Amino acid sequence: MKLAYWMYAGPAHIGTLRVASSFKNVHSIMHAPLGDDYFNVMRSMLERERDFTPVTTSVVDRQVLARGSDEKVIRNIVRKDGEEHPDLIVVTPTCTSSILQEDLHHFVRQAQLASHCDVMLADVNHYRVNELQAADRTLHQIVEFYITKARKQGELNDSPQKTERPSCNILGISSLGFHHAHDLRELKALLRDLDIDLNLVIPQGASVHDLKHLGRAWFNVVPYRELGLMTARYLQEEFGTPSIEITPMGVVETARFIRQIQKILNEQGIPVDYEAYIQEQTLHISQAAWFSRSIDCQNLTGKKAVVFGDATHAAAITKILAREMGIHVVWAGSYCTYDGEWFQAEVGGYCDQVLMTEDHTRVADAIAQAEPAAIFGTQMERHVGKRLRIPCGVISAPIHVQDFPIGYKPFLGYEGANQIVDLIYNSFTLGMEDHLLEIFGGHDTKEAIHKSLSADSDLIWTREAQAELNKVPGFVRGKVKRNTEKFARERGLTEISVEVMYAAKEAFGA
Amino acid sequence: MNTALDSANALNFQCETGNYHTFCPISCVAWLYQKIEDSFFLVIGTKTCGYFLQNAMGVMIFAEPRYAMAELEEGDISAKLNDYEELKRLCLQIQRDRNPSVIVWIGTCTTEIIKMDLEGLAQKLEGEIGIPIVVARANGLDYAFTQGEDTVLASMAQRCPEQVRAEEQETRGGLQALFYGLRSGRKKEEEDFHKHPPLVIFGSVPDPVVTQLTLELKKHGIRVSGWLPAKRYGELPAIEPGTYVVGVNPFLSRTATTLVRRKKAKLITAPFPIGPDGTRAWIEAIARELGIPTQGLAEREAEVWSHPQVQAYLELVRGKSVFFMGDNLLEISLARFLVRCGMTVQEIGIPYLDKRYQAAELALLERTCEEMGVPKPTIVEKPDNYNQIQRIKALQPDLVITGMAHANPLEARGITTKWSVEFTFAQIHGFGNAQALLELVTRPLRRNAALKGLGWERLVREEAPV
Repeated sequence: MKLAYWMYAGPAHIGTLRVASSFKNVHSIMHAPLGDDYFNVMRSMLERERDFTPVTTSVVDRQVLARGSDEKVIRNIVRKDGEEHPDLIVVTPTCTSSILQEDLHHFVRQAQLASHCDVMLADVNHYRVNELQAADRTLHQIVEFYITKARKQGELNDSPQKTERPSCNILGISSLGFHHAHDLRELKALLRDLDIDLNLVIPQGASVHDLKHLGRAWFNVVPYRELGLMTARYLQEEFGTPSIEITPMGVVETARFIRQIQKILNEQGIPVDYEAYIQEQTLHISQAAWFSRSIDCQNLTGKKAVVFGDATHAAAITKILAREMGIHVVWAGSYCTYDGEWFQAEVGGYCDQVLMTEDHTRVADAIAQAEPAAIFGTQMERHVGKRLRIPCGVISAPIHVQDFPIGYKPFLGYEGANQIVDLIYNSFTLGMEDHLLEIFGGHDTKEAIHKSLSADSDLIWTREAQAELNKVPGFVRGKVKRNTEKFARERGLTEISVEVMYAAKEAFGA
Repeated sequence: MNTALDSANALNFQCETGNYHTFCPISCVAWLYQKIEDSFFLVIGTKTCGYFLQNAMGVMIFAEPRYAMAELEEGDISAKLNDYEELKRLCLQIQRDRNPSVIVWIGTCTTEIIKMDLEGLAQKLEGEIGIPIVVARANGLDYAFTQGEDTVLASMAQRCPEQVRAEEQETRGGLQALFYGLRSGRKKEEEDFHKHPPLVIFGSVPDPVVTQLTLELKKHGIRVSGWLPAKRYGELPAIEPGTYVVGVNPFLSRTATTLVRRKKAKLITAPFPIGPDGTRAWIEAIARELGIPTQGLAEREAEVWSHPQVQAYLELVRGKSVFFMGDNLLEISLARFLVRCGMTVQEIGIPYLDKRYQAAELALLERTCEEMGVPKPTIVEKPDNYNQIQRIKALQPDLVITGMAHANPLEARGITTKWSVEFTFAQIHGFGNAQALLELVTRPLRRNAALKGLGWERLVREEAPV
């Protein structure tokens, strides 16, 4: 047992559902008690999804517990098959229902006999892996399932025909991902510039029937190492497709990403040379490199920052801060503790220390100790920063409604580099403004409102009413007081009691 | 299922036992830890429970909350670790770091499934570390959303003292001090109140609502001797055999049963004080039980209805239809209020309905429908959300009150919605909050009226399958 207040990565079933519900026409059945289906709320409320989340809970209640769930789960799978005609139904338990140790494999086999669609049990240990690992695993499982199926049905040769023109797959764009939709748009634009066709994007918006065509791509792109690496390695084994595991975040890494594409294409006999493109983008189109050289950025030189997030984003931002802006990264860390070796190797040269932990209090302590000028972290670090009065730019999941901005805010590619520069620069400058406000006492008005509570008024507030008024949140207290006194004067009252306060509240509807 | 409105004389009850969505009952921690200021809530469950709490409670976690998760790991599930030692370790840590007056253990589905004997463990540990431990099994196997509060209050009810010691009376703060205590003195108090058996109100509502309802009863000379829960654990109300108890929330049937069976209290069955009509009926029922005449209640209710702002809101809802998908068990009370406002209720989905505890509310709903001349709604217990959406498509209600999972997809299909969860967290009780209640109900109607004419009703390409 451990005392926990907060976690960076969610439970395993969230990862499975993120992947399954990203596909087109795939439905998930959760075998779970009431309330474990919070995923549906996250899709609807955080991502503002317009469609009904394709996830149905087969509710485990006291009755199911007593009689076993087989009948109910099977009935729900078959029912969903009839109602929505999905291509695939993915069945998943949660931490809770997985301890019932029911033979879900058997239920799935039974349901398969009575369904038109494919039925699959997400093969995940709910106590050993988290959301990110489960997402990676589920994507691999679904891809493998359809490639094996296509092979069995003779729809797929041992070495499938590559597309005529150079093309690639993008692996790992998913529902409830951190800025995923915008990153995808940016990646597409970049590939278009490089004259490379897009074979498939998975799982977001993909049909499971297309998965058998994954082998037609010349190479695979895995922008985030948290989701897609397992699939990329599987595809490499299966079809020999090379994959690019460089995250094109920041000007330097984007160039490295493009050069890697160039290398792969050259090896496959296509003589492309992207150097001129990289040069043009870096020096003249993108604003990020120019910003780094501008006077503004000089003021950031040697400023102290700390970085924390998932492995992909924390590593990339650390490199941008240290390498592209001359900022001193005191420590960089990640909650992807299972990926510690990679993280250490990536950022070791760009920061003083590395912190791998899932414990947000350790992160908070490390921030307090380092006293950085700015933090780049998750929503949690943003709040730690608020308490310590240190500005924070949010650069990583766990996701929050603010990570689904309406406007275009990618993190990848050249436009992503511009956006990141804005984020970094604004974090520091806002900190500076705050500091100046402090010096000149610009926003200290709380006292003033409080003082006028008892002074210069012809009305007497009883002690109880005064106490009640003090319970009213500060920002509306002045209004409540004014309204109450107006109400009292209109009625010729001289004393304000709690009763008068509430009568006034009713009259004003405030 | 028959979707037609039942215009016959009786309410039409159905039970779909379908696949539906509500919040997990452990969410009660969100409001109870704030209400009981010296408490600490420890939710004993898995990562799934923790993830739900942190997402559902948003930023609350950042304000040094008085709640935490005891996260069960593989070793706990396979019983390799000793539950008692593990919980003791965590509770000692909580005691050292936060020093609460009470620790509330919230049992979850997982503790149910692995049959952890929380009550037994608590009793032993309480003696050892010297701090009360209240156990509530707020699990999703047996309960929905707001019923979590019911499990906590039912458990706390058993800890209510039979009598408050004389010396303690002086030190008690809160309501006691505010209305009957320290300053006004005994004599004045006697003048203000009728002589009647003690009355305790149960249900967690924000402090301003406590004040308003207490004052409202005081107008009729009715004295409230305490609230369950109180602001501080040490101020749990005294309940002796024969004490009258009345609920303010419609989801507290276990608490009611516990008070009657274990504490020998007398339960006043009343409609709930939601909306001016419900508030009036609630006060009338209390007064009737206590044998106290009320004065000017009808005028009080009429005064609220005739307020210009209330009238303006009523204009917006009159003649419109509403469909409750079912979420927080406030549905019957809200439906009754909206019928009184002139709306037609097409369906009341509700996770669980205790017909005895809600008897007075159901009767008032029925009477209200008759008086307003509208058909009586179908009440669907444990609804099936998929079937409900088909019914919504067929009925095209003017307003759907729904959980958050379905709100945006319905809006995208041109159906006006309000999140049911807002009624759980807003102040909706008493005469004074009628405007706030109508403000909430009419907000989606006003917003969509503002957008009218832009042609932004259907924001999905074709009728995508549900």
